[in-house]
Amino acid sequence: MKLLTHNMLTSHVKGVVKGYPLLIKATEVKMNEVEFNPQFVSRMIPKLEWSALVQAAEELGHREDLPGELMAEYEKDEEFLKKVHRVLLEVEVIEGCLQCPESGREFPITRGIPNMLLNEDEV
Amino acid sequence: MKLKELESCLQQVDAFEEPKILLEQYPTSPHIAACMLYTIHNTFDDIEGKLVADLGCGCGVLSIGSAVLGAGLCVGLDIDRDALDIFRRNAEDFEISNVDLIQCDLCAIETQNYANKFDTVIMNPPFGTKHNQGMDMKFLRAALTMAKTAVYSLHKTSTREHIQKKAHDWGVKMEVLAELRYDLPASYKFHKKKSVDIQVDFLRFSKA
Repeated sequence: MKLLTHNMLTSHVKGVVKGYPLLIKATEVKMNEVEFNPQFVSRMIPKLEWSALVQAAEELGHREDLPGELMAEYEKDEEFLKKVHRVLLEVEVIEGCLQCPESGREFPITRGIPNMLLNEDEV
Repeated sequence: MKLKELESCLQQVDAFEEPKILLEQYPTSPHIAACMLYTIHNTFDDIEGKLVADLGCGCGVLSIGSAVLGAGLCVGLDIDRDALDIFRRNAEDFEISNVDLIQCDLCAIETQNYANKFDTVIMNPPFGTKHNQGMDMKFLRAALTMAKTAVYSLHKTSTREHIQKKAHDWGVKMEVLAELRYDLPASYKFHKKKSVDIQVDFLRFSKA
C-alpha cells in the first residue's frame, strides 16, 4: 500500500462518523522505485489531505523534512516534488495494519494489500 | 505503443486459476483489454499521467495495461483476495511499480468518500446476471462517483437502452465507443457449449 492510496482510504465501520485518517501500524515497509512525473505529483498535491500524508510519512519514519503546511508555488520546486513523489508513490507498507481512529477496528495489510472488508454486523 | 504490441504484452498477464461463479469472474481477454486501453489512451488521453482506478480489477489486465501506458498510478479494487494475489504476482513479473491494490467490497463502502478522487475509472464489471442482478449498475454508480473526468466500462448490448436512461438521469453523457463480441470461454461447468459469444458495448461516460 502506497501513501497516495492511504490518503484516500476511510474506515466504513457502522456508526463511525470520521474514520479518517487511518493510523498505520507497519511491521514491514519497503521502497519501490517509481518513475518520477513532476506534473502528476504537482497535480495530486492539491487533492491530498496534506496533514494526513505528513502524519503517515512520520508514522513510517519517512517524513524527512516535509513541511507541516504546503508552501506557495511548490509546483516550481522540483526538489520538493521529488520528496513528495517518494513519499506518495515509493514508500510501500508491506505488512501491518490500518486502524480506524474512531472505532479502533484494525484492517490487516498482508503482502502489500490492505483488506478493508467488513463483517456483516459492521455494515 | 502500437495496438498489436499492447495486445501481445497483455497476453503475458495471468488470469483466474479457479473463477468464482458468484463473483462472475470472467476474464477480460488480452484482445479486448488492449482495444479498450488503446482507445482510452490514444483518443481521449485519459491514462498517461492520470490517477486511474480499476473497479473489480480481478487479475489486473486493465490495470497492468494502464500502468504500461504511463498512468501516474493505477489502483485496483477487488473483493477477492485470490484474484488480487494473482494481480500482485503479475505486477511483479511485469516489474511494474505504478499500481496499488485494495481489497474491498464496492457495495459496502460509502463511495461518496471517494468522490472525484480519481481522474479516470476503467472497469469490466460483473454483467449482473445469475445471482448478481443489478451489480453492473452498482459498479457504474460507484465509478461515476469516484471519477472526476470519465468512466470506461463494458456492458451487455442488450442493456444499452436501460443504461442510456440511467446515464441521463444521473446527468452524465454516454457514448458507445465500440460494439464487441465477448468470447466467453466455458469457464464454468454449467456452460454447455465450448464458448459463447455475447454482444458487449464499450462505453464512455463523461461528466460535464
